[in-house]
Amino acid sequence: MSDTRIVDFWVAGTEEPEFQPTDEGMQEIGPEDSGRRLDEQYGRVVDDDYVFDDEVPDEERMILNMGPQHPSTHGVLRLQVELEGEIIRRSKPIIGYLHTGMEKTGEQLSFMQGPTNVTRMDYLSPLHNELAYSLAVERLLDIEVPPRAQAIRVLMTELNRISSHLVALATNGMDIGAISMMIYGFRDREMILEFFEKTTGLRMNHNYIRPGGVAVDLHPGWKDDIDRILKEIPKKVEDYHNLLTNNPIWQARTVGVGVITAEEAVGYSITGPPLRAAGVEWDIRKVFPYSGIEQYEFDVVTGDNGDVFDRYRVRIDEIVESLKIVEQVTDSMPKGDYRVDDNKVTPPPRQRIDESMEALIHHFKIYTEGFRVPAGETYVAVESPRGELGCYIVSDGGARPYRMHVRAPSFYNLQGLPIAMADSIVADTVATIASMDPVMGDVDR
Amino acid sequence: MGIVKDLLKGLAVTGRTMIGTITGRELVTRPYPHVKREKPQRFHGRHVLNRYPDGMEKCIGCELCAGACPAECIYVRGKENDIDNPVSPGERFGYVYEINMLRCIFCGLCVEACPTEAITMTHLFEMSTTNREDGIYTKDELLMSPDGKVPHMFPDDPLADLGELDTADGWVRATAPGGRAAYQGVRMWAGTPGVGDWSPEPSQEERDRRSGDG
Repeated sequence: MSDTRIVDFWVAGTEEPEFQPTDEGMQEIGPEDSGRRLDEQYGRVVDDDYVFDDEVPDEERMILNMGPQHPSTHGVLRLQVELEGEIIRRSKPIIGYLHTGMEKTGEQLSFMQGPTNVTRMDYLSPLHNELAYSLAVERLLDIEVPPRAQAIRVLMTELNRISSHLVALATNGMDIGAISMMIYGFRDREMILEFFEKTTGLRMNHNYIRPGGVAVDLHPGWKDDIDRILKEIPKKVEDYHNLLTNNPIWQARTVGVGVITAEEAVGYSITGPPLRAAGVEWDIRKVFPYSGIEQYEFDVVTGDNGDVFDRYRVRIDEIVESLKIVEQVTDSMPKGDYRVDDNKVTPPPRQRIDESMEALIHHFKIYTEGFRVPAGETYVAVESPRGELGCYIVSDGGARPYRMHVRAPSFYNLQGLPIAMADSIVADTVATIASMDPVMGDVDR
Repeated sequence: MGIVKDLLKGLAVTGRTMIGTITGRELVTRPYPHVKREKPQRFHGRHVLNRYPDGMEKCIGCELCAGACPAECIYVRGKENDIDNPVSPGERFGYVYEINMLRCIFCGLCVEACPTEAITMTHLFEMSTTNREDGIYTKDELLMSPDGKVPHMFPDDPLADLGELDTADGWVRATAPGGRAAYQGVRMWAGTPGVGDWSPEPSQEERDRRSGDG
């Protein structure tokens, strides 16, 4: 038995103050928050600029909320759809459920730490995020990265495009009911993720492409791994064609569904596969080449109708085009440095720390304060698997960006959903969302 | 007839994969906790604090890792060494060293920042705990013992692979050639790795060679 007793003693003057309610945290409902605005927020009224024939009586229309916890909305997308029987008349994507303030976080991190943050935005193509950020910082710094770093960047981002498209195909298949496609897509993506893991040590969120070059060189024997990818993926693509492209059920579910015409796509700033599926030949890699991608031969894949099937075809053909680039980069990989030889931007080699005091000072300086970037602003875009991924950086001359904004392709592509889904049936909703391939981490940032 | 043929083509793909999976030829999954996959050399896992072969701690308490950490999960306090009984070569040593593994994003910047290769990463990645306090690793958990062994958080777990802490790595980043091709393939200055023997990575010519190229 224990002798421990709990004694409740009281000290004068330490009484808990009596609870006094304050108005802290209270919100006044202003006139702008009531009435119609409240109705909109609760979904009682859907208001957008979409024109429709208002002949059906109100009682035959129903407003349905899909998401944000719906498994087929690729994350936490909420769709407000106005139904007339089985037909979607209007729809409204509502976003913000995954907003984590990453652009604001980017202002707290130095330019050296920045890639760890941006790589988490579009988590299916992390290397493209890092590339856009690094290119923007490098343009402000006015430095030229060595050819090997450029080639590694192209190699890694094109592999990333393949892996991202494989996920897009997989989820597109899963949403329509082709579960095999989901398993195959994720299975084949594993090959590329293994390559990434061997090179960067991580499967996603690599922190690999940095301002000034890349973090580490490719792993020994990387050409063998690339050869395996180049040998296996075309076989798998052939399987996908057999499984889906020529499959009459797949065609019945996708052809003519969720059409976005070229005019609409351009008008809504839609980029990437949804734009090219509409027949517009627009690819940042061709129009504003980056990282020396203009040296490699590849075609811009376009579709004709801009429907779900065309977007699927564009993705599957872009895998083949990316493989072409990967093969050319592998064969022509230049030797040499893979980071700029500028101790103000990149840390010196480890051996130099022991030999030179100046190298040690640079090392300490870069890992504590970071490097300073001249004041100015810039915007650099790369072609991510989802479209134009741009990074806009304002620097005030310090070691951290004054403002960082990311032009997220998913965000713009998502705005095309209402026109793609107008007057389609409910069963096609999921197919259309999947074909836009939104990544909610990219949308909300 | 064409429709049936196209459908059969697709079914042939699934059928082939099914047979391949049953026979094990195309099997890509493994019974995970019992069979673990081989992890690549550069894998980013749990951190470890290294020692020199003579038992001295490598950490000098410079707090560069804490400064480089984008997640701000490292807390370091340095202290002056006792001259008669030093903990690390040099003037200072890491008196307090804590990593909040719940915040860590495993980016590896601490490994790159460390000037003495004191902190590296191992291949251990199973760190789930049943309470949040266990997620904060102090020096007791991180520092390897003088005989080169790293304490495992759950040594009694039958499914834990204790070897993961010994096959540790992170040396690629810890001994970075800094992007200079001339420094690749050169053994960097310490040459006295703690966990996991580190041999220098091959030079660029060797690295870019295919295995078939003689």
